[in-house]
Amino acid sequence: MQGLVLKDLGRRFGTVDAVKDVNITLQPGEFLSLLGPSGCGKTTTLRMIAGFLAPTSGSILLDGVEVSSPRGSIPPEKRGMSMIFQSYAIWPNMTVLENVAFGLKLRKMDKADVRRRAGEMLEAVRLSHLADRYPSELSGGQQQRVALARALVIRPKLLLLDEPLSNLDASLREDMRFEIKRIHDEFRITSVYVTHDQSEAMVTSDRIAVINHGKVEQIDTPYEIYTRPTTRFVAGFIGRTNQITGTRRAGQVNFTGFALPLSLFTGTEPEVFVSIRPQSLHLSAAEPVTDDLFKLRGKISARAFLGETWDYVFRTDSGLELRIVARPHQIYQLGDDVWATASQDQIVQIH
Amino acid sequence: MTTDPQIATHARSFRTRLSVLQPVRLVWLGLALALALLVVAPIAMLVIKSFTAAGGGGFTFDNYIAAYGRARHVQALWNTLIMGLGTTVLAVLLAVPTAWACTRTNMPGRTLVRIALFGAFLMPPYLTGVGWILLAGPNAGFINQAWTALTGLDDPLVNIFSFSGLVLVMGVSTFFTIFILVSAAFELLSSEMEDAANILGAGPFTTAFKITLPMAMPTILGSALLTFLVSIALYGVPALISIPARYPVVVIQLAEFFSFPIRIEVAAAYSIPLLGITIGLLLLQRRVLGRKGYTAVGGKGGERRIIDLGRWKWAVFAYAMLVVLLSVAMPLLVLLMAAFSHTWVDGFSIDNFTLEHFHYVLFEHSSSQKALLTSVGTGAAAATLAISLALSISYIVQRRLLPYGGVLAFLCMSPFVIPGIVLAIGFYAVYALPPVGLYGTYIILVLAFTTRFLPIAYTTSTNGVRAINPEMEEAVRILGGGQFTAIRKVVAPLLKRTLASGWILMFVPAAQELSTAVFLVGPHTRVVSVVLLDMSEEGTFERLAALGSVLLLIIAAIVLIGVKLLGRDFMLRRT
Repeated sequence: MQGLVLKDLGRRFGTVDAVKDVNITLQPGEFLSLLGPSGCGKTTTLRMIAGFLAPTSGSILLDGVEVSSPRGSIPPEKRGMSMIFQSYAIWPNMTVLENVAFGLKLRKMDKADVRRRAGEMLEAVRLSHLADRYPSELSGGQQQRVALARALVIRPKLLLLDEPLSNLDASLREDMRFEIKRIHDEFRITSVYVTHDQSEAMVTSDRIAVINHGKVEQIDTPYEIYTRPTTRFVAGFIGRTNQITGTRRAGQVNFTGFALPLSLFTGTEPEVFVSIRPQSLHLSAAEPVTDDLFKLRGKISARAFLGETWDYVFRTDSGLELRIVARPHQIYQLGDDVWATASQDQIVQIH
Repeated sequence: MTTDPQIATHARSFRTRLSVLQPVRLVWLGLALALALLVVAPIAMLVIKSFTAAGGGGFTFDNYIAAYGRARHVQALWNTLIMGLGTTVLAVLLAVPTAWACTRTNMPGRTLVRIALFGAFLMPPYLTGVGWILLAGPNAGFINQAWTALTGLDDPLVNIFSFSGLVLVMGVSTFFTIFILVSAAFELLSSEMEDAANILGAGPFTTAFKITLPMAMPTILGSALLTFLVSIALYGVPALISIPARYPVVVIQLAEFFSFPIRIEVAAAYSIPLLGITIGLLLLQRRVLGRKGYTAVGGKGGERRIIDLGRWKWAVFAYAMLVVLLSVAMPLLVLLMAAFSHTWVDGFSIDNFTLEHFHYVLFEHSSSQKALLTSVGTGAAAATLAISLALSISYIVQRRLLPYGGVLAFLCMSPFVIPGIVLAIGFYAVYALPPVGLYGTYIILVLAFTTRFLPIAYTTSTNGVRAINPEMEEAVRILGGGQFTAIRKVVAPLLKRTLASGWILMFVPAAQELSTAVFLVGPHTRVVSVVLLDMSEEGTFERLAALGSVLLLIIAAIVLIGVKLLGRDFMLRRT
């Protein structure tokens, strides 16, 4: 089977499980992000894929061959992968061209070929004019592109990216997101991208694996992850949301001040959690004519104008607080009596 | 399913790769063995010998009785502590204000003072001592000659052969360590701390005493402690001054046990307290510093702003110049004058000018020529050996390539607590006598120097390796290069500077080393420092000065090359 398979992968440091029971399958050409807060085990997972770290349980298969398992691992240099490091790890003792040509030379390619392919690659990342510079003479963004060129020029089976944009300033970071996306679309190299920045993951990835405490919480496309989070962690980590807790009782689920029919929910646990995004809620001054099941009456208890949107806090008499995002022209004053509604497909059950 | 044949081969060879681990273990064993021979064996033997009856007998306390049975011997130990204390106080007084003035104020000539004081580092203590004998010897010293000429009085104004003379020379020979460490601490202190005091109404001196000084206090105390430990074990200066001053100290007493007939067991017993004091004080310092408290030093906080001393700046400058004069300028000047004079007592004039002493030490006196070669050769060999050893070990430790790297690191740093002269006795006990029988060979000198300066090499190497992001090497690995390729193509080129600066940092003291050499040189392996000491006993100060100048010239040339290649402050980066 082509592609990368992580099977029940785990890594224990002492008594701590840094990574536990991770199962991920990557199709050839796919771009997957490992997204999670710092210390969640995403970098540990990446280093196991690269072969810098051996797993303590489970295994890693590349194109059907087991490359890592607790019994032993193929060393990184025999895996045919590439990696882009957080520090870029551009060798300061070599010129840009020498950096890019390094992997090709190790493959005992003849000189003309090395020169041609390194040249083409530099062209692709728009660095041809800096080929003879030393890394210390380059800007952060240029160094980043050298790292990209160096990693891609060997046409790796798998490209690993370890928070490659975290050392760049904000505006450059946005440009580089699209650059990485563009280069991936050009070369279609199977890629695993580690980041703690959700917008980075959403721009670049075909699918995102959200990781917390060493476990995969959810793997899905960026759209699904955002609109249909399956766990409380994912709902809270990706974007802002209102998380509401209810209890099952006699054919319905009771929330603070309102109830929804039981048929909307799965599972049997007494407590039910739902997530409603602030922009899925609508405010109106008069009682809206709608058959939405979710319709609440309350007051504006806080507000902030953010330019592109209004950020309101809506509060019901029974004490339920919701954040609601509204367009700039929808102006309400503090203390205004308002109605909040949401269509039921925007109410997502989480676990 | 397609399978990359290369990967498949490797998947099959897990078991073979386990056996590949064996040579790596051998490397660890090899390094551990080298350190055991260099560090553990001499110290273990020192302790064993101190409890062994002379002539290979059994267990005994007789050596301790022989060593401490006499009031004179106990007095020497007491004297040593008093001298160490005096030296440390003087060194702090010389170093700390100067360091403050050079780093935090607008004192004129800061760079000049720093460069001049760097000369204090290059000048070995025994040459400073000789310079001061020429300056302040009771009869013919230049200062006393001038005094007599001015006043007509015959009694000397100053006498270097006294307790205060001893402390003065020791102080000006050892204060550089404090200067350099405290300068570094002052440079790391954020000006904002001082600004906060200024804004509340404190003047520059109030701020210095209430804010700057207390914050640098841990560094000051730590470096003062180092100076104390160095001074109680220093051999060169007491060898020149303490005997005529009738002020016996431990190192001189040790040398006496080493003069014919050599009583190595008694010397070993006599040196144990020196070792104990060193280890004890360093442990104490660790405990005290372990609590840290107010040490703001270490972080790079904010910008550094220079303090305007106003009209006081010339007073501060005068003090700094006094330090330069006492420690470098005056002793070096009289030494050079003597080297070019027929007889040094007559002072420097056209009539008195000669090159005969240089001719003598370079072309006539065979033991001077040989000593120069030996000093440079053993210094270079020891520097090379120590830096290679230290670099291998710090790489292994930093990259966690092998388990128990910490043991190797500990062994590398442990010579730090062994005074040079004690190390020499340990080396003598293990390697000089049969069955090893290395006495009188270059090998024993090289090995002893290597051990002595291993901690410097290790610190430098560790800083160098730490500065290389491991991702640099991982980038090589993931692109298809092995560990060895990573070392060859990336680590080694990036460590070039560390390698070179570490080498020079070791070479300078190793080529001048006296304390370790004095008991280990044979008739044919005498180093310059030992020959210089002999010349001072003979009273041929002009020849001594000439030979000393040549040694200084060689060392200065090598340091200059280092500065050219590595930049001005490469030697200051060892903190």
